[in-house]
Amino acid sequence: MIKTEKLEKKFGDTIAVQSLNLDIKEGEVFGFLGPNGAGKTTTVRMLSGLIAPTQGTAFVNGFEIGVDNQKIRSTVGVLTETPGLYDNLSADQNLVIFAKLYGVKDISGQIEKYLKMLGLWERRFDTVGTFSKGMKQKLAIARALIHEPRTLFFDEPTAGLDPEAAHMLRSFIADLRKGGRTIFLCTHNLDEADRLCDRIGVVKTHLLVVDTPANLRSSHFGRKIVFHLQRIDEQMVASVKKFDYVNDVKVVENKIVATLDDPELRNPELIKSLIDNGANLTFVGELRHSLEDVYLQLVQNTE
Amino acid sequence: MEKIKVIVRKEWAEVFKNKMVIFTVAFLPLIMTAIPLIILFSTREIGMGGDLGTDVGQMVSSGLCLQDLNNSECFQVYLVSQFMMLFMLIPLAIPITIAAYSIVGEKNARSLEPLLATPITTFELLVGKSLAAVIPAIIATYGSFIVFISGVSLLIKSKAVLMAFMDFRWLVAIFIVGPLMAVLAVNLSLMVSSRVNDPRAAEQISMILIVPVLGLFFGQMAGLFILNKQVITIIAIILVAIDILVVYLAIRIFDREAILTRWR
Repeated sequence: MIKTEKLEKKFGDTIAVQSLNLDIKEGEVFGFLGPNGAGKTTTVRMLSGLIAPTQGTAFVNGFEIGVDNQKIRSTVGVLTETPGLYDNLSADQNLVIFAKLYGVKDISGQIEKYLKMLGLWERRFDTVGTFSKGMKQKLAIARALIHEPRTLFFDEPTAGLDPEAAHMLRSFIADLRKGGRTIFLCTHNLDEADRLCDRIGVVKTHLLVVDTPANLRSSHFGRKIVFHLQRIDEQMVASVKKFDYVNDVKVVENKIVATLDDPELRNPELIKSLIDNGANLTFVGELRHSLEDVYLQLVQNTE
Repeated sequence: MEKIKVIVRKEWAEVFKNKMVIFTVAFLPLIMTAIPLIILFSTREIGMGGDLGTDVGQMVSSGLCLQDLNNSECFQVYLVSQFMMLFMLIPLAIPITIAAYSIVGEKNARSLEPLLATPITTFELLVGKSLAAVIPAIIATYGSFIVFISGVSLLIKSKAVLMAFMDFRWLVAIFIVGPLMAVLAVNLSLMVSSRVNDPRAAEQISMILIVPVLGLFFGQMAGLFILNKQVITIIAIILVAIDILVVYLAIRIFDREAILTRWR
């Protein structure tokens, strides 16, 4: 659905995007993370046929960028970083303009469908200038969807929204995912990416990594199992360390933290070993690293 | 064609909610039509039956009174002809105001990117925006001219004077030079608007176009030249050449990538 091959964009001597290789399947929600200036918006602009790459190529919905830009723009929906609505016009007028430009046949039907879905139907004849930031963002999403695009590019969809509006939009994006659309989501909100995305790409001019959120966590930090004990001694620690599959062991107060790859398989043996060495286990759990930890490690290590 | 219509309607729906645009579109043609009519009315008795015997009389006889007009009629034609160039301010000022508010407004609202993300071509977008600025200017110019001619026919009994305002010079000025000036104005305004973020600044910079028109006005008033058939034809030809150049430059500036990455 989206495939890029050594995609590159330079502005003068500045490299905005460097040799980007992506392969995003149909129906996938792909999170694109990176610090400001990492090339996320430039990538979206190239993939939506707005600007030309300096090198490399990409295919979106089967159309090649730079060759079939009109077809790409007809089959993708773009939510830009700022809503970019016409404040002097009503919500309805804003959508009619874009529906006509996209060649939508049932304009009133589509407007009704999305304004109702996004809770703006009652305000359809109000001028957009009177809308809150969250309402404007919802209207911009309706505009991006009005022509039923196969692929959606969302650039910071919940940026600057209050928690309630952000939650509503995240739920809406999750519903869109069920509809089988491909969604390319640029965000700084790592929790949002973790919850919504099938895979995540971290970019800082060039692509640092692509994987599922779970794999990113385990591959960067391993999986950490925490054994809570009533009391702790050297023998108990050694009974865990002795296994080859245990990559690391740390002791924190009366807890043993073991790093290993496959805890579902290994935990019974580790628990048995601890008990055999006199441990009184009170609790066993997994210490979860957030996606933020992974992101920060990746981005800071490339500075 | 449908997409161009959508852009034109969108532009009108947006800009005609702006008081400054409404004021320019309504007030300027009113003033430019009223001034020559008032002058015609107040000078209707001058030179009646007598010899003007002045420098003005010589200028009149040298350039404009080729028809069979008496002194009074000749003076009136001469006097109002001085204001032909002021009439030309209508197709200049209206597109500049509309284009400045339309493009800078769109820049400030950051609404150009969503628009460019639709399947519309750059050509359709540019033509739509240009027509949205040029059409009201042409309608206002033609409308003002019709009101002017109607006023002349009421104020002046002489059919010869009325015909003098519908001669080759006036018709070329209103129906050819007017639209050419509107095209020049909108494209210049487009180029200026790409570099500034305040519609008033865009408007004021673009208004530099008015300088040569005022130059022609004062040049004629000072007797440096007379806007006869030849001069107005030369102006039209020069404008065609300038328009081709500015349209070419505007298309280059109105490139998607330039708008998204360089317009600030």
